[in-house]
Amino acid sequence: MNKTSLIFRHEFLHTIRRVGFIIMTLIVPILALLGIGIFHLVNEIVTPPEVEKEIIGYVDQSGGFDGYTVQGKINLVRYDTPELATTALLDKTVTEYIVIPPDYLSTGVIDRYTLEKQVDTPPPKAAAIRNFLTSNILFGKVPDEISILVQSPPRIMVTRLTETGEVATEQGGYGNLLVPGIFSFLLAFSIIFSASYMLTGLVEEKENRLIEVLLSSVSTRQLITGKVLGLGAAGLVQVAVWLISLPLLLNLASSTFGGFFSGIQLPGNFIVLGLVYFILGYLFFVVVAAGIGAISTNTQEGNQLVTTMTMPVFIPFWFGSLLFMFPNSPIWTALSIIPVTAPVTTLLRMGVSGVPVWELAVSIIVLVLSILGAMYVTIRVLRTYLLMYGKRPALKEVIRNLRNS
Amino acid sequence: MTAVEVSRVTKSYADKLAVDDLSFSVNQGEIFGLIGPNGAGKTTTIRMMMDIIKPDSGNVTIFGEKLGEATKDKLGYLPEERGLYKKLRVLDSIVYLASLKGMERHTAAEKARQLLDHTGMLPHQGKKIDELSRGMAQIIQFIVTIIHDPRLVVLDEPFAGLDPVNTELMINNVHDLKDQGKAVILSTHQMNQVEELCDRILMINKGRSVLYGDLAEIKSKYQNNAIVLNYQGEPGEIPGVTEKHPHRDYVELILDGTTTPQQVLEYLIGRGITVNRFEIATPPLHDIFLDVVGKSRE
Repeated sequence: MNKTSLIFRHEFLHTIRRVGFIIMTLIVPILALLGIGIFHLVNEIVTPPEVEKEIIGYVDQSGGFDGYTVQGKINLVRYDTPELATTALLDKTVTEYIVIPPDYLSTGVIDRYTLEKQVDTPPPKAAAIRNFLTSNILFGKVPDEISILVQSPPRIMVTRLTETGEVATEQGGYGNLLVPGIFSFLLAFSIIFSASYMLTGLVEEKENRLIEVLLSSVSTRQLITGKVLGLGAAGLVQVAVWLISLPLLLNLASSTFGGFFSGIQLPGNFIVLGLVYFILGYLFFVVVAAGIGAISTNTQEGNQLVTTMTMPVFIPFWFGSLLFMFPNSPIWTALSIIPVTAPVTTLLRMGVSGVPVWELAVSIIVLVLSILGAMYVTIRVLRTYLLMYGKRPALKEVIRNLRNS
Repeated sequence: MTAVEVSRVTKSYADKLAVDDLSFSVNQGEIFGLIGPNGAGKTTTIRMMMDIIKPDSGNVTIFGEKLGEATKDKLGYLPEERGLYKKLRVLDSIVYLASLKGMERHTAAEKARQLLDHTGMLPHQGKKIDELSRGMAQIIQFIVTIIHDPRLVVLDEPFAGLDPVNTELMINNVHDLKDQGKAVILSTHQMNQVEELCDRILMINKGRSVLYGDLAEIKSKYQNNAIVLNYQGEPGEIPGVTEKHPHRDYVELILDGTTTPQQVLEYLIGRGITVNRFEIATPPLHDIFLDVVGKSRE
């Protein structure tokens, strides 16, 4: 067995035996199972409580709003003046009241009075009030079924067609986003954990002065390659556990929650591209973390630097809502190509709108080149700083030494 | 056979010259002392021999071969700052580090048990390193250094932090290595250990060689024409003696430039003095060290 393989084996076994790694690997399926189980249990043993009826007062200054006063659990009770309605509100006969002004039919504005501080009218109440008003306005003018149609917003059923006009196998929507969303989120966490493992391991070896014994036996290149591959393999084990548990969990979720979960789809090539981005993202951050480990004097200082470096992994999540609104913005193309954001952005985009092939190609090429570049710089930094203890060198000094070497 | 040949090696860090045009060789079957004050460049020199860092210029060969992956397996290195995986078990630590030196895992495990048994550490093979005392950890570190049967062993401050029992054990280990025909490089500040163990020495200061060669020759070169004497009787004024330094059980006599020790001995015997001890004084290595380092600082 060559020395890189020995280091690989040691790092792999050492990592998968870490308590933090085991927890991180198992907690995702366990939490999902627990969630499904608890939902199932609660559904079986608990019947939903009866919702109490609520009374809303109204003052009709416009005229003609006499019927349809029962809107589901909400009853509307008429008062002749705002003063009487206020008295009823204060003595808790009603929970709130509305005033339909004389010019309502021309302005569409009503006034609502409540004792509660609210950001906006709660949706069930807003719906009840809206239905009460429209039902009375349309009464006698259109058939009842038209009135009901007016009150219900249309359900838009989207069908995606292929360029040849056939129904596409991959239909998109939230069901298509779920798996890439969860996977990219886990990827981000996995990257952060792995970068931290690499840094902690290297700084500990430096702090323990074990690094001198190791480097008297192997070259810097062998040491780093073995470590990176060992951590990468441990990461793949983590992904494998998640991927194996995913179909099982989705099946369970579909039978428990029904509806939405039964519509879950994996975007085309997601498993292949997911693995590619996982491995590349992993390698990039772990190699950079090794470089940071070389110049760090202790674990705490190194972890601060690594956290700063891994923060951009989460950028695509911070602006996730913009991705839904503007999926074709050039910003997403840029984030798919920049190495620190590429893995998560690309996986998320695969679930939302898809990624053009040329962008995937550029993104992967840039990521691979960045890994090679990071490896080259990291090995040089390691050779220079791995045996320097004490004060962390300034960035300027590191750059100057890299140029000189 | 020459175990190590260091030829005109220079190494600098940033603006500091750590090793400056240094040359020396170490022979197989000898214990070679590498000494010098703190910051003299000893550790940098050792790291270059271990191929941990590369020299800016000059060459290092190990058993006639240029440094590379193949030569690393022939070396055993006990660094000044000891280092082992604290959370790893003793046997696993030894086997892993031995496998990095080219040993098969099962052979390494077998040899490790033998060495643990030999040093009385076998009952601790299942313990984690951080459960061991400092002395015990040092023994494990020494086992890691020699388990792969290296032809060249470099020991950087091997006696630091050891109690007298473990120091004696370590001295015996160093003698054993020499008896096995290995080349041993010993870097230490403890001059008495160098005097006791080393055949030849290299003293470096500010990265340069200031003393190099056979230890006995160096000491004789630095002898200050003095005699150590223990006697009974009254010798009176001894001709040719300029100074007399009494000690608890001997007297040190400093001779002038022309009088020889033989002449002093003849004078004493001629006066009927009973001579219990008579030897030509050589300065301790400690004094030579202070003298040489002091001069180079002036």
